[in-house]
Amino acid sequence: MTLLNAALQGVFLGAFYAVLACGLSIMFGVMRIINLAHGDIAVLGAYVVFVIVEHAGVSAFIAFAAALPVMVVLGYVLQITLLERSLKAGILTPLLATFGLSIVIQNLLQLAFSPDVQSLGGSAGALTTSSWQLAGGLSVSALGLVVLVVAVLVFGALQLFLARTRIGWMMRATAEDADAAELVGINSRSVYAWATAMAVAIAALGGFFLAIRSVFDPVSGPTQLIFAFEAVVIGGMGSLWGTLLGGIALGVAQTLGAQVHPQFAVMAGHLLFLVVLIVRFGGGRAVLRAAR
Amino acid sequence: MKVARWTRTSKLFTGGTAGVAVALACIPLVFESDVVQKLTTLMILVLLAAMWNALAGYGGLLSVGQQAFIGIGAYGTVFFADQGVTPYVAMILATLLAGAISLPISLFALRLRAAQFAIGMWVIAEVMSIIVRLDQNLGAGTGISLIQMNQYEPNFRQAYTFWLALAFTAIFLVALFLLLRSPLGASLQAIRDDEDAARSLGVRVAARKRLLFVLAGFGCGAAGVLIVANTLFIEPGSVFSVQWSAYMIFMVLVGGLGTFEGPIIGAILLFAIQTTFTQGGPWYLVGLGATAALFALALPRGLWGTVEERLGLRLLPVGYRVVEAKGEERAA
Amino acid sequence: MTLLNVEALDCRYGLLQAVRSVSLRVEAGETVALIGANGAGKTTLLRAVAGAHRLHSGRVVFDGVDITRLPAHRRVALGIALVPEGRRLFPSLTVEENLRVAASRRRRGPWNVQSVLEVFPMLQQRRRRPAASLSGGEQQAVAIGRALMSNPRLLLLDEVSLGLAPIVVDAVYRSLAGIISEGSTVLLVEQDLTRALRVAGRVVCLLEGRVVLEEAAGGLDRDRVVSAYFGLRRPA
Repeated sequence: MTLLNAALQGVFLGAFYAVLACGLSIMFGVMRIINLAHGDIAVLGAYVVFVIVEHAGVSAFIAFAAALPVMVVLGYVLQITLLERSLKAGILTPLLATFGLSIVIQNLLQLAFSPDVQSLGGSAGALTTSSWQLAGGLSVSALGLVVLVVAVLVFGALQLFLARTRIGWMMRATAEDADAAELVGINSRSVYAWATAMAVAIAALGGFFLAIRSVFDPVSGPTQLIFAFEAVVIGGMGSLWGTLLGGIALGVAQTLGAQVHPQFAVMAGHLLFLVVLIVRFGGGRAVLRAAR
Repeated sequence: MKVARWTRTSKLFTGGTAGVAVALACIPLVFESDVVQKLTTLMILVLLAAMWNALAGYGGLLSVGQQAFIGIGAYGTVFFADQGVTPYVAMILATLLAGAISLPISLFALRLRAAQFAIGMWVIAEVMSIIVRLDQNLGAGTGISLIQMNQYEPNFRQAYTFWLALAFTAIFLVALFLLLRSPLGASLQAIRDDEDAARSLGVRVAARKRLLFVLAGFGCGAAGVLIVANTLFIEPGSVFSVQWSAYMIFMVLVGGLGTFEGPIIGAILLFAIQTTFTQGGPWYLVGLGATAALFALALPRGLWGTVEERLGLRLLPVGYRVVEAKGEERAA
Repeated sequence: MTLLNVEALDCRYGLLQAVRSVSLRVEAGETVALIGANGAGKTTLLRAVAGAHRLHSGRVVFDGVDITRLPAHRRVALGIALVPEGRRLFPSLTVEENLRVAASRRRRGPWNVQSVLEVFPMLQQRRRRPAASLSGGEQQAVAIGRALMSNPRLLLLDEVSLGLAPIVVDAVYRSLAGIISEGSTVLLVEQDLTRALRVAGRVVCLLEGRVVLEEAAGGLDRDRVVSAYFGLRRPA
């Protein structure tokens, strides 16, 4: 595989990471919460789709459409039960509470489903198998293209929502100053709940993409969380478009890393993440000094 | 009215711990080797809980990646043993290695804010896991045994391991105890209450946190050493697993974050649960996760913290108390 | 009629008592000034009335309705609006967005984006600029306009002169006079004694969380105010 093609595949992979990361970015942007159960919620979404496919026999896409409202409600409930309470406590509390939630989700999934890996690639039809060969050794898969287009649409729609609609302004206002927002009549509890609902729904979309492009099992969550978080950090925390770019950067790093050594793919992503952390948080100079 | 460290209860109890330590040391002489192995596991849990509490409870540093140091301790032992070093000396070396590696990591990790620090440490653990998986000499993905331990007769080996565990746990607990009773301890309390105010008073926040981070690096490394000594076989999937962080979080949250006695109680509790529910599988983990989350939200001070608050009880005093003239006591 | 009735209000920050058993009445159409030294409890009192600060004990009754348990955003719908200390605009939102976002709980009344911009004409050209890029005086204007967007019956103003040049404060108070003349009920906190006495019909002085003086502004002796303000005890 040529280097250029590897980078292109990285872009497609990165678009998937960006969708996974989007929900995490929303929750951080609005509530300053990093939901350590985010990856598990995405996997939960994949399982909900899986159950619908198994029981209703429909295609994965229709199943996802049916799963979406379930996930939206789940997100809303999650906020008003667990997350709202942890917001009011210390800075560490949301991390601890969501970590506990992560363990609960993983193990409930293990109890409900077998530990075997599953995939929904088969139920997604021809989409998962078609691809086109372009000049220069470049290969474009239908699935990769769809994920990329959907990613751009989702991020674009979110940006428009936040920039042009009154509810979007309310969300930004609450994110910037929840106290002042309450004083002008904005129900911050409601805003947070809707933000979480959106984040969970998009996480479910990420889980859906995971299911049709690859395999998943009850303990896939933490891996998705790490990739999502890396994408958010690489792109710059608090920036929505940054998360899209960060996801793509992560994907490209991984596919280029795979060119060096097949086992090096994920590591390359980790290294990019760590380098960005070092550079951005000024530990760089100290490390350079120590390395000299 | 005066400010005092000790109460009668705490004097009795702390004096009693020396007796407890001696009693514990006799265990391998009295019990079967499988009991000794189990109790070694208990020591490991106590050590891990104390170290995670040192980071989060006293330093405000929530790490989801201490398994990095557990892995360094475990694989370090195997590495040194493979180089021909006597196993138990290899263990000391591996512990030192873990502590040594924690220092450069601290240079950048401590600059990270809460979530980045938590997940950053996790990523570091993952990176180490991948490095080990790529190394055939360390057993790659399938794992490796500490075969050099075969030179010891099983009962003796179990006893030596237990005494090493006892020694490590005692050393780290005593170190932490003394640290918290020193002026350093008071400044840590100040940092925990209000970091900016502490900094403006001249408290060198970064240095204090680094000390705790390195101590935890040593301690978790020691735990990793003990794990490989106790179970003899390790693989990257288990020693570098984030499951260890889950256990540490449970023990400390339920026991009592920021108290000295709390993590010990949490460790004993987890040990009791583990030995009772060995067949539990996912259900018991669901319980652990849910309990940890519940405690984080509803009982942030943990079991011991709540008891301490209600009864004003301190068994191992690291703080001060205000003693009223008539001999009545109120916790400071 | 009594629009606002505060009864034996007690507000705390942890163990610190900021407001001690404060009782206060504001009649419809009145302008009442809350004065007092820093830390006297004025901001806490306003925030408690607006619903942004939990009460330890006491009641807040608005137009005969007990609103003590009501969260802040619901009080806006009833007709209370607070212009918070330090402006607290939403920095990345434009002037117009700051105004519009406050209109979600609007009541019926004369105030909308257009009429607000008429009262503060210097904002016309700035309406699409992010709020963070405005000067202090302009931000104060936006903050007041934002509170007006819900068409409140009771307008609470917390230190609108803070951090602004005197000439700017004059302009703000001129606009305020216009708003007051339309019949709004106003409860304002003001550090500047002269301005407070000039704009208000009644003055309430707080010291260490308690009401130490409550008088009509007209015949008020300045010395009495100063002694109440600083807690100096003088023979009557």
